[in-house]
Amino acid sequence: MSTPASPARPRRQTLLHHRGLGPWTWAVLALLAALPPLLQVMGLEFYTVVATRVLIFAIAASSLNLILGFGGLVSFGHAAFVGLGAYTVGVLMEAGVASAWIAWPAAMLVSGLAAAVIGAISLRTRGVYFIMITLAFAQMFHYLAVSLKAYGGDDGLPLAARSSLTALPVNLADDASFYWVALGLFALVFAGLQRLVNSPLGWLLQAARENETRVTATGGRVFAVQWSAFIIAGALAGLAGALLANLNGMVSPHLMHWSQSGQLMVMVILGGAGAVWGGPLGALVFLLLEELLSGVTIHWQFALGAILLAVVLFAPRGLAGLFRPRGDAHA
Amino acid sequence: MREHGNTERASPLPALSLLQVHRLVKRFGALTATDEASFDVRAGETHALIGPNGAGKTTLIHQISGALAPDGGGLFFDGENVTALPVPRRVQAGLVRSFQITSLYRRFTVLDNAVLAVLARRPKAPSWWRPARADEAAFADAEAMLALVGLGALAGRVAGSLAHGEQRQLELALALAARPRLLLLDEPMAGMGPDESARMVELLLALKAQRLTLLLVEHDMDAVFRLADRVSVLVGGRVIATGAPDEIRQDAAVKQAYLGEDAETGA
Repeated sequence: MSTPASPARPRRQTLLHHRGLGPWTWAVLALLAALPPLLQVMGLEFYTVVATRVLIFAIAASSLNLILGFGGLVSFGHAAFVGLGAYTVGVLMEAGVASAWIAWPAAMLVSGLAAAVIGAISLRTRGVYFIMITLAFAQMFHYLAVSLKAYGGDDGLPLAARSSLTALPVNLADDASFYWVALGLFALVFAGLQRLVNSPLGWLLQAARENETRVTATGGRVFAVQWSAFIIAGALAGLAGALLANLNGMVSPHLMHWSQSGQLMVMVILGGAGAVWGGPLGALVFLLLEELLSGVTIHWQFALGAILLAVVLFAPRGLAGLFRPRGDAHA
Repeated sequence: MREHGNTERASPLPALSLLQVHRLVKRFGALTATDEASFDVRAGETHALIGPNGAGKTTLIHQISGALAPDGGGLFFDGENVTALPVPRRVQAGLVRSFQITSLYRRFTVLDNAVLAVLARRPKAPSWWRPARADEAAFADAEAMLALVGLGALAGRVAGSLAHGEQRQLELALALAARPRLLLLDEPMAGMGPDESARMVELLLALKAQRLTLLLVEHDMDAVFRLADRVSVLVGGRVIATGAPDEIRQDAAVKQAYLGEDAETGA
C-alpha cells in the first residue's frame, strides 16, 4: 500500500485489491527477456527449455489459482483442460494444420467449452463433492485419450514439428524464440488475470469464497460469477496445454492424469492460493526443485513433500504471502 | 412505484399492499410449519411479525426471502407473483432481507463489505475488466450506507473485528446497500445489550421516517410496539390476527394464544 495507484484520490480501505509489481513489472520483464542470451553466455542453453516450462506452468497454475485461490473452488481436474489444449494442437497438426494462429486459439476454445460443460455441472456441488466431480471428469478425459488408438492411445501422439507463427519473423523451432513467445503470452495472461481479480467480477468471486449466502442475499448471482471464472481458467489452461505440446514435441494421456492436476494444486498452494503471484512463484519453485533434486536422488518427491509441509505449516499463505507487507490481510 | 395491477387478480387484499402473503403452506414431513398464513405489508408501513417460539416465523421469513420454496399458496410483491423467483431476482426486485445470525465478509474491511453489496445488487453482469477500485459510484454508495448506519468512521476495520452491535449495524448497511423497497429484518436486535438495542431502534426509526417499508420479526416487544404501524401475530403457522399495536394488545385471541393469561406487553 506504499505506492498509491492514483494520488488524486484518498487511498481506498480495501483488502480485495491485489497489487501487481507496479513499476517493477518492466524491470522483471526485461530480466526475463534477457535470460536466453545470458544462459547461452554461461553455456547453460539447456535451461532455456526449463525456463520455458516454468512459464508454461506459471500460466496453468495461475489459471487454477483464479478458481482455487480467488474462488475458493478446489478443482481437482484442472489438468484435463491443459491436456485438451495439448491434444487440440496435436490433432490439428496431425490433420495438417500447423499454424499457431489457428491451433492455439482452437485449444483455448476447446478447453473453454469443456470447462463450460464441466463447470455447469460441478458448480452445483460444493466441498468434497466438487473435488470428486472435477476429478471424475478429468479422469474421463484421461481414459478417452488412452482409448484413442488413432492418436497413439496410451503412448501419445508425437508432433511432426512445433506450431508455426506465420506472418511473424519468429521460428518456434528455435528454443529461445519459443521462450520469448511463451514469455509474451505469460505476461499477457498474468496482466489479464490481475486485472480480472481486481474487477467487479473478481471481487464478487472473492466475496463468494468468503460468504456465498451474503452474495446471494444482496442480489449477486454466485453461479454466473463462478462459472465465468471457471470457463476463463479452463481456456487459459488450454493455452498452457498448447504451449506444452509444442515444448514436449508430443502429447500424451498422462497430461490429463489426476497426478498432473495434483501437481498444479501443489504449485498453487506452494506459491500462494489467492495471491496473484502464487501461480508463477509456485511453478518456479516446484520445477526448479524438481530439476535440482531429481539430479541428486530419484526420491526427489520426498524432499519436495517435506518442503511443501514446511510451507503449509510455516507460511500458510504460500511463498507469495511471505512478501506481502500487510500482516492483517487475511488474519 | 407501481400500485396498480393487483385488481386484475382475484386478490383478497387492497391494491396498496407492497407484499401479499397469500395462504402460504410449508410442510416438513408431518409438521405443517406454515399453515395457510396470509397477511400483507402496505407500502411505507413498518409491519411487525410476532409470535411465540416455534410459531414458524423463521420458516415464513425464509419463504418470503426465497431461501425456502413453499408447498402451497403465493407471494406477491408489488403485484408480481414472486413465489418461484430465486433469491437474487427477488433482491433485484427490491425484496431484501437481513439475517438473524450476522452474515458478513468477516475477513474483508467494513468498506469492502458495503462495496460488495453494492456491486452484487447491480442488475448488469459484473465487468471483467474495469478496475473495481476506480468505481466511484459504488464507493460513494457504500460510504453513504455506512454513514447512514453510523459506521463511517470504522470503514477501514476488518469486519470480523467489530463489536457485536457494530456487526449488526453493518448487517443492516449491507441490506440497505441492496436498495430495498421492502426490507425484511430478521431479529435485528438479536443478542444486543440495551444500549445497542436503543441505537438500533433509533436507526430503524430513521429508516421508517424515510418511508422505507419494513417487515420486522423481533422478540423485543418494547421495540415492536415502538416501531410498528401494524402487527401480525403468528401462532402455529397461522396468522391469527393483524392490526394496529393497540388492537393487538387488546385482542383476546392473541392474549390467549401468545402473550399468555397474565401477560404484560410493556411499552
